[in-house]
Amino acid sequence: MLPNGPTAPPPWKRPWRRLAAAGLLAFALAGGAPAATPAFAAEKGVFFPETFTLSNGMQVVLVTNQRVPVVTHMVWYKVGAADEPRGVSGIAHFLEHLMFKGTEEVPPGAFSRIVAKNGGRDNAFTSWDYTAYFQNVARDRLELVMKMEADRMSNLRLTDQVVYPERDVIIEERRQRIENEPADRIGEQVNATLYVHHPYGTPIIGWPQEMATLTREEAESFYKSWYAPNNAVLVVSGDVTAEELKPLAEKYYGSIPARTVPERVRVQEPPISAARRVILRDDEVRQPSIRRNWLAPSYRTDKEGYAYPLQVLSEIMSGGPTSRLYRSLVVDQRIATSAWLGYSPSSWDMTSLAAGASPAAGVAMDKLEAALEAEIQKVVEKGVTEEEVATAKKRMLAEAAYARDSLTGPAQTLGAAIATGQSIDDVENWPVRIDAVTADQVNAAARAVLGQTNHVTGLLLPLQDKGS
Amino acid sequence: MIARIVPPPSRSAGPSLPRSAVEGLSAEPIPSTSKRGRVREGVIVTVLTLLLTAFAFATPAAAIEIKRVVSPGGIEAWLVEDHKVPIIALEWAFEGAGASDPKGKEGLANLAARTLDEGAGPYDSQAFAARLQDNAIALGYDAGRDGFGGSLRTLSDRRDEAFELTRLSLAEPRFDAEAVERMRAAVLSSLRRDQADPNYVGRRLFYSTAYPGHPYGDEIRGTLESLPTITPDDLRGFVKTGFGRDRLVVAAAGDISPEDLGRALDHVFGGLPATSANAAIPDVEPKGLGETLVATRPTAQTVMLMGQTGLKRADPDWYAATVMNYVLGGGGFGSRLMEEVREKRGLSYGVYSYLIPMDHSALVMAGGNTVNAKAGQALDIMRQEWKRMADEGVTEEELADAKTYLTGSFPLQLGSTQAIARILLQVKRDNLGIDYLDRRDAFINGVTQADVQRVAKRLLDPNRLLTVLVGRPEGVTATRTIDGGS
Repeated sequence: MLPNGPTAPPPWKRPWRRLAAAGLLAFALAGGAPAATPAFAAEKGVFFPETFTLSNGMQVVLVTNQRVPVVTHMVWYKVGAADEPRGVSGIAHFLEHLMFKGTEEVPPGAFSRIVAKNGGRDNAFTSWDYTAYFQNVARDRLELVMKMEADRMSNLRLTDQVVYPERDVIIEERRQRIENEPADRIGEQVNATLYVHHPYGTPIIGWPQEMATLTREEAESFYKSWYAPNNAVLVVSGDVTAEELKPLAEKYYGSIPARTVPERVRVQEPPISAARRVILRDDEVRQPSIRRNWLAPSYRTDKEGYAYPLQVLSEIMSGGPTSRLYRSLVVDQRIATSAWLGYSPSSWDMTSLAAGASPAAGVAMDKLEAALEAEIQKVVEKGVTEEEVATAKKRMLAEAAYARDSLTGPAQTLGAAIATGQSIDDVENWPVRIDAVTADQVNAAARAVLGQTNHVTGLLLPLQDKGS
Repeated sequence: MIARIVPPPSRSAGPSLPRSAVEGLSAEPIPSTSKRGRVREGVIVTVLTLLLTAFAFATPAAAIEIKRVVSPGGIEAWLVEDHKVPIIALEWAFEGAGASDPKGKEGLANLAARTLDEGAGPYDSQAFAARLQDNAIALGYDAGRDGFGGSLRTLSDRRDEAFELTRLSLAEPRFDAEAVERMRAAVLSSLRRDQADPNYVGRRLFYSTAYPGHPYGDEIRGTLESLPTITPDDLRGFVKTGFGRDRLVVAAAGDISPEDLGRALDHVFGGLPATSANAAIPDVEPKGLGETLVATRPTAQTVMLMGQTGLKRADPDWYAATVMNYVLGGGGFGSRLMEEVREKRGLSYGVYSYLIPMDHSALVMAGGNTVNAKAGQALDIMRQEWKRMADEGVTEEELADAKTYLTGSFPLQLGSTQAIARILLQVKRDNLGIDYLDRRDAFINGVTQADVQRVAKRLLDPNRLLTVLVGRPEGVTATRTIDGGS
């Protein structure tokens, strides 16, 4: 919010970039946990959570961190935009907004106000695979927010009077988030092209013509189908112990009856044989860019064991200024001002791996594309070296030590993992599994994913007559 | 605002939509402002004196105590010692350094910030980066309006390497031609990219109008014209004259003892010159007040940004203004602006207000995005709320709610080692005293309705707002229209 401040530094100059690339620790980071853990150990144990299940089937996960007497309290529902019925795109996210619109106990708009009055902060977010609500509060206010969060799990009461102004809000949100900037618009278009059948091709916020006609009844129907304790996970991190949390969780969440929740049935992608190009020209674009996306397995869909090798590959290709892409395109050839590759395996169905670059001044886009392709081709054909793999793994494991140094990070990571089909054990074993990755595995994964020819290339360009 | 994490590498890398993107805009003086205080001329002690005056947080964060450490060489730092996580964070700033780039060399300090960690001492750019990465050390610099900041985060068992690399970056930066060119290209690229962002266009228009001819009106990254003129020698000159121990402020947190921190301070900063030379910057009042500027762009939404003279961090009414801002638009949901513009009418995804105290000026600001067709209506409501606050102040209930939020939420900011160090640095730069965190609640709880009314009357005048609109706003009377499209 510093109006005159410098723009964000390039990704590797942000302290947490590498963790984000590592996939497991997809959010900014965490606190507590056993003190004397060696920083570089390839051992099981990242957050050291405790877990138990309530009588109605609701899972509870706790990361105790007694550094500051505050807690993060989150409820994750295993439902997101990819679970929406066709024709009502955006309903999962709309419902997320409407969850603040009142119950009999808590009138519309009061939820956040009560949290703030108690010195807390709250918000919520929606993904393709999950919807989550959270409050950060002092430890002695934990019971209050548990009571309110449990209340709206089954007692939401919506009226037209509060629903329809909020529909205008999400339409404004779409304009602000997607439509105002060409760089955001092309991201949406690439995504919609990559997934030809699977709902991951539909934007989380929804398509505008469907958002405009979303109704209260559709939101209520989505709520009644999916919002049940047995389809939710409670994740708490901070200054609270399992002994303290358990009775509160039983009292507020355990008393809500389990209900039958639909299976997550998602259509799958058909075989795609064609490469596709998406070109967005816009008068406002002064800095062109290119990106290319390939479909890739997520943790959950990873039959071949590529998910961990692809994270190591990402580190080798894109982990900071010594990475392959940056060194080649930016330092040696000087044809790009940035170059990157990213992969995030936390997804219920398949995910994608993407690479991209921005040209240096005066460099033609086809030249940049050819150079990017050459680096991709090189890794597919010649692979990576044992030494590169060893260095990448060492760096990734070292960065993981920072994951505990945060209040909300552990809750975010664990919640997202469980909502996308991983277990706590998977999360805790991340260092061990990364450490076990071999160069052969990285090369096999690179061939399988980057060797696919049915990718989508997105080009963001200025208007033709302005050149560049 | 939710930080934009670029580039979005894949569908699932930035997948979630938060309910509000204005969550981070709190009325908190420390994180949400860029106030750069002046270094107190401290007494330099030449023995390893550890002033073990420790102050506990009065807030629920009672576990945290701040120690004043003075190194054998006389460099002072504040420390929150915490051995529970194997991490050390060090934050520092050179007050006033780079706050005024030489004419024609705008962007010098920022380019220096970008290039300081691009090779130092015996290590070229690649070798330096590899040493940082292999040891999971994050080192970075940041040129601000009122000073030049540095930031280090390391695992404690790598601290010697971390401190040495930091020392090298400050004392022996190489500014190799290749690295300078590469960083220059990256900055130019970021400037070009921002041209497509209406929020950026709005901010530039606001600041260049409010502070013409003053460094506060300049783009800190420089311009497409000024950047090519900056040479490696310019960068060397900036570092040589700008980084002196007289301007240095340091804070630390994490897994390090006061004794070890004292030694590290001397190692990292001890070799810097005792004094520095920085151009004096004049105090300045914002200009253009009462104007409404429209930058026409073919976007579906209008970006609104408005502001007028605010108050400095040392102003006795700072806490009253903090409460006022919280109620007006600093508090996210429940604030008056959010309630009237978003909740009741659905005109925007987010509207907000905030205070910007600077060393040589101050602003009280508001902003938000709204659909073009209703921009006039949204703007009218915001101005009405501005007036209502000036006329009526806050209710007793609003005052009470603001106090419980502003006091109760403070410990939420202490979530990581680096966050703690950053807060310490800000308190130190703002000259608030080592016991400030103890006293903060009392300052806030002491604010009365009359205080808020007084400061609101003093600051808020809807007729004296400088308003900038980017888009195709309808229902707005502009005093000046600019082609902001291309």
